[in-house]
Amino acid sequence: MTVEVIPPILRVDHVTKRFGGLVAVDDVTFDVKKGEIFALIGPNGAGKTTLFNGITGIFPPTTGRVIFQDREITGAKPHQVATLGIARTFQNIRLFEYMSALDNVRLGQHCRMHAKLWDSLFKTPVERAEERRVSDRAIELLQFVGIERYTHTYARNLPYGSQRRLEIARALATNPALLLLDEPAAGFTPQEKVELMGLVHKIVDNGVTVFLIEHDMKVVMGVSRRIVVLDHGEKIAEGTPEQVRNDQRVIEAYLGKQH
Amino acid sequence: MGTIGEAVRRRRGGLRAGAAGRILDFALIAIIAIFLILLGTKVVAQGGSFFLQILTFAVANGGIYALIALGYTMVYGIIELINFAHGDVFAFGAFLSASLLPIFGLREGGTFTAGSVIALLAVFGLTMLSCGILNISIERIAYRPLRHAPRLAPLITAVGVSFFLEGVLFLWKGPSNVHYANIIPNAGFEIFGATIGAKDLLVIGVSIVLVIGLALFVDRTRLGKAMRATAQDRDAALLMGIDIDRTIAATFFIGAILAGAGGTMYGLYYNTSVFDLGFSAGLVAFTAAVFGGIGNIYGAAIGGLVIGMIQSFWDGYFDSAWTQVVIFTILILVLIFRPTGLLGMRVPEK
Amino acid sequence: MLRQFWEGGPRRDPNTIAYVVLLVAAIFFPILVNVITGGNSSAIMTIAADAGVYVLLAIGLNVVVGFAGLLDLGYAAFFAIGAYTYAFLASDHMRVTPLGEPIHISFWIVLLIAMFVAASFGVILGAPTLRLRGDYLAIVTLGFGEIVPRVFRNASSWTSGVNGISALDIPSLPLWLQGPWSGDAFAFVTDFKVISSLAYYVIMVILVIICVILVRNLHRSRLGRAWMAVREDEVAAAAMGVNTVAVKLLAFSIGAAFSGFAGTYYAGKLSLVSPENFGFSVSITILVMVVLGGMGNIPGVITGALLIYYVIFVLLQQLPEYAVNFVSSIGLSGLVRSSGDYPGIAEFISRLKFLVFGLILVIVMLVRPQGLLPSRQREQELHKGVHDEPVIEDVTAETT
Repeated sequence: MTVEVIPPILRVDHVTKRFGGLVAVDDVTFDVKKGEIFALIGPNGAGKTTLFNGITGIFPPTTGRVIFQDREITGAKPHQVATLGIARTFQNIRLFEYMSALDNVRLGQHCRMHAKLWDSLFKTPVERAEERRVSDRAIELLQFVGIERYTHTYARNLPYGSQRRLEIARALATNPALLLLDEPAAGFTPQEKVELMGLVHKIVDNGVTVFLIEHDMKVVMGVSRRIVVLDHGEKIAEGTPEQVRNDQRVIEAYLGKQH
Repeated sequence: MGTIGEAVRRRRGGLRAGAAGRILDFALIAIIAIFLILLGTKVVAQGGSFFLQILTFAVANGGIYALIALGYTMVYGIIELINFAHGDVFAFGAFLSASLLPIFGLREGGTFTAGSVIALLAVFGLTMLSCGILNISIERIAYRPLRHAPRLAPLITAVGVSFFLEGVLFLWKGPSNVHYANIIPNAGFEIFGATIGAKDLLVIGVSIVLVIGLALFVDRTRLGKAMRATAQDRDAALLMGIDIDRTIAATFFIGAILAGAGGTMYGLYYNTSVFDLGFSAGLVAFTAAVFGGIGNIYGAAIGGLVIGMIQSFWDGYFDSAWTQVVIFTILILVLIFRPTGLLGMRVPEK
Repeated sequence: MLRQFWEGGPRRDPNTIAYVVLLVAAIFFPILVNVITGGNSSAIMTIAADAGVYVLLAIGLNVVVGFAGLLDLGYAAFFAIGAYTYAFLASDHMRVTPLGEPIHISFWIVLLIAMFVAASFGVILGAPTLRLRGDYLAIVTLGFGEIVPRVFRNASSWTSGVNGISALDIPSLPLWLQGPWSGDAFAFVTDFKVISSLAYYVIMVILVIICVILVRNLHRSRLGRAWMAVREDEVAAAAMGVNTVAVKLLAFSIGAAFSGFAGTYYAGKLSLVSPENFGFSVSITILVMVVLGGMGNIPGVITGALLIYYVIFVLLQQLPEYAVNFVSSIGLSGLVRSSGDYPGIAEFISRLKFLVFGLILVIVMLVRPQGLLPSRQREQELHKGVHDEPVIEDVTAETT
C-alpha cells in the first residue's frame, strides 16, 4: 500500500453481514479518503447496497467496525449516522412522494434545525427565522441540482431523472461530510449520465466526499480515482480504474456473470 | 456526543442486554415468583381438591382461548394484520350455535341420547362453516381492497368490522347477558374430591383434536404448505405459482372455523354469552397469540392455554375484579418487553 | 426574493375558508339559538359546550392518527386520567380516601397538571412500544384503555369505585365580563363561578381556538414535516436524520396531553366523574370522528366531531321517539311492540349505534379514505397508497 497523506474519512474495517445462513458481505475492509470520489462496484448481488445499509445503520454489520471521522459508528442508528454527517440516496428512490420537492429538501435539514417544541407551538421569532433560512437553503439546493422548476410539485409527479436529483438535493440538505450515492445513474440515458457525473464533481468541489455504488463500469471509470470491487460479498480488487480494469478476478466476475 | 457510544452498545447487544435489561429480567422473574408463592400459599391453604377443580376449569378455559388465538396468529402470520374482528367472529359462533341448538332438538333438561351427539355435531359443523364463510366475506369485502394501502387503513377497517359485528349481535340480542341452553349432561367422575364433568372433557378433548388437526393440516397438506410459503415471502410464493388470494382466504376460513368451534364450546361450557364477548375474549386471545410468538401456531396454542390458566387461577384464588387488569397488563408487558413472544419460538424476520 | 416565491401561491393554506366558516358559526350559534328558543337557550348551549369536549379530543387524536399515522385505540384512557386528576385535586373527595385531607387546586392549574400527567402516561406507554411495529401500538393502547377504567372502578378506597366522585369544584374565572347576554348590565366581575352554559360555551370556543392555532403551528413546523415523512417512509426519514421513535413518541404524548386536558374540562363542567364514562366505545367514537372528518385535516376533524356528536347525543336520542310516531302514523304500529328477540322499534333504533360506527369506519376507509373534508396531501396518499415495502427490499434486490 502506498502511504497517503490524506486522512480517511470513512474506514470499513473487516465488516461482515449475515442474514441467517447467507453471508451478504464477507470481511470487507477499505478506506474512503477525504475529498475524493470513491466507487464501489460489482455485479448484481455482490452486497453493495447491504454494505451501504451497514454503514448507515439500517442493518448494522454482524461483525467488524465502521469508523467515520475517527469515531466508531458501528451499530449507531440511522438518524445518528445522518446527524454525524453521512447522507445517502437509495437504489430504488425513496422520496416522500406526497410531499413537495421543497418539503423533501426542507425535511433533509431536520437534523440541522434547532427549533424546540415550544418554538414550533408558538411560532416564535426563532422558529420563523429558522424556517426562512431552511426554505432559502432548500431553494438553493434545488437550483444546485437543477430542478428548481419543480419546487412545489409532489415528489411522485417529478420525472424520473429529476426524482434522482431531488434525492441528492435532499441528502445534501443534511449537510453531510460524506455522501453515499446508491446507483445514482441507474436507468439514465448516456446524456443524463454525463450530466450526473458533472453534478457529482460539483458536489465534491463543494467539499463533500462522495462514495458511490455503480453497476455500470464505464460510468465509474470516468469519475472515480479509486475503486473497490465486490463479488459475492467479498472484496476482490481495489485500486485505480486502470488497475481494476486489468485485474483478472474482476474480469472474471463481470464476464463470468454477464456472458 | 456520548449518546452514540451508548446507542452502539445497546444496539450491539440487542435491546435486552445491558444493566437495564438485566434488572428488567430480574424484576419480571421476581414478579412471577411472588405470584407463584402467593398462589402456592393459597393453594396449600385451600386444599388439593379445590386446586384440582380450578385446574380443570383452567385447562378447559385455556383450550377455548387457544382456539381463538390460532385465528389471530394465522392471519397475522400471513398478512400482518391484527384482525380485530376475529374475536367477534368467535362471539358470533356462540350466538349462532345458541340459536341452532333448539332447531336440532337440543333443549335444556332434555335427555342426552346418541341422537343428541349427532345433532350436536351438526350444530358444531354448521356454526364452524358459517363462521368460516363470515370471515371469508370480511376478508373479501373489508381487507382485500386495502391490501396495498397504507398500513393504517386495513387496521381501521378491522376495528370497524369488529364494531359492526358487535352492533349486529347487540341488535339481535340486546345489551344483557344471553342464556345459553345447558344441554351437556352433568355426569362426571370424582377424583381426589374434584369433579371432572362431561363438559370439561368435551372442551379439552375437542380443543386438543382441533389443534392437532390444524397442525397436521398446515404441516402436511398442499394448502397448508402454500400458507406457510405465503407467510414467509409473498412474492416468492407468487412466483412459485401459489394463488395468494385463495391462500389468504383459506387462512381466514380455517381461523374462523376454529373460532366457531370455540364459540360453541364457550356457550356449552359457560351457558352464557353477551354481545361484546368477542371484544374481551378477542383481546385476551390476542395476548395469548403474542405470548406464544405471533405467527406461530404451536405458540398460540400454548399461549392460549397459559393465558386461560392464568385467568382461571386468578379468578379462583384472587379478586376476580382484577382478572382483566392482570391479563391486559401481561399483554402490555409482553408486547413491550418480549414482542417476539415469551416462548421465543419464532423470531419474526422483519 | 426567494422568500416571496415560497411563501406565495400554492403554499397558501387551502383551509382558510373552512376556518372562517367554523369561526363565524361558533360566534353566531349562541345568538341563533337564543333567537330560536326565545331566550331559553341553556339546554342547547350545554350540549354545544359538551360537543366542544369531543372537538378537543378529535383534534388531539388527529395529531396521533392523522399526522403521525399511529393508531391509538385507548384514547379514552387519557381522557379518564385527565378527569380523575381533576376529581382528585379539586374536590373534598380526598378526605374520604387514605390521604384524609381534601385538595382544592384551581381548575386552570389542574388543566396543566392533567396535561402533564396524561402525557407522562403516554411516554411510559409509547416509549417502549413505538420501537416496535406500528400496529402493536394499537393493541397496547387498546389494553391500556381497558385497564384504566377498571383500575378506577376497582381501586374504590381511592376512587369510590362505580359510584364515581361527585361535587367537584366549580371552575372560576379571575375576571369575567357580564352583559345583556346573561341578563345583567355590563360589568366586570372577579372570581366569577362558571355555572351558566353560555360561559362554558365561550370558554370552550376560546380553548378550541387556542388548540387549533397551536396544532396548526405544529403541523406546519419541522415537526409536522417529520411526522409526514415518518408516515410515508420511516426508513428514508431515519436516513435523513429524523429520530423516528422520538418524533412518533412526541405525537403520541401530545395526543395524550390533549385527551387529559379535555378530561379535566369535562370533569369540571360535569362536576362528576365515573368509571363508566371512559370505555372503549368512547375511544371508538373519537376515532370515528377523526376518520369521518378527514384524517390529518383540522377543520375536517372538527366537522367530523360535531357531526358525530350531533348524531349520537341529539339525533340518536330523539330518533326512537320519531320512529315510533312515524310507524304508528303510517299504520304499522305492530312494529312498536316487542316480540321475541325483536325489542320494538324504539329500542331497535337506539341499538343501532355500534353498527353505524362500524359501518362508517369500514365504508369511509374503502370508499373515501380521505374523509369528508380531506387534507390535500392525505387525499392523494390514501388513495394511491404510499410505498411501504419493508427495508428488506434493498437486500433482496441485491441478493437475488
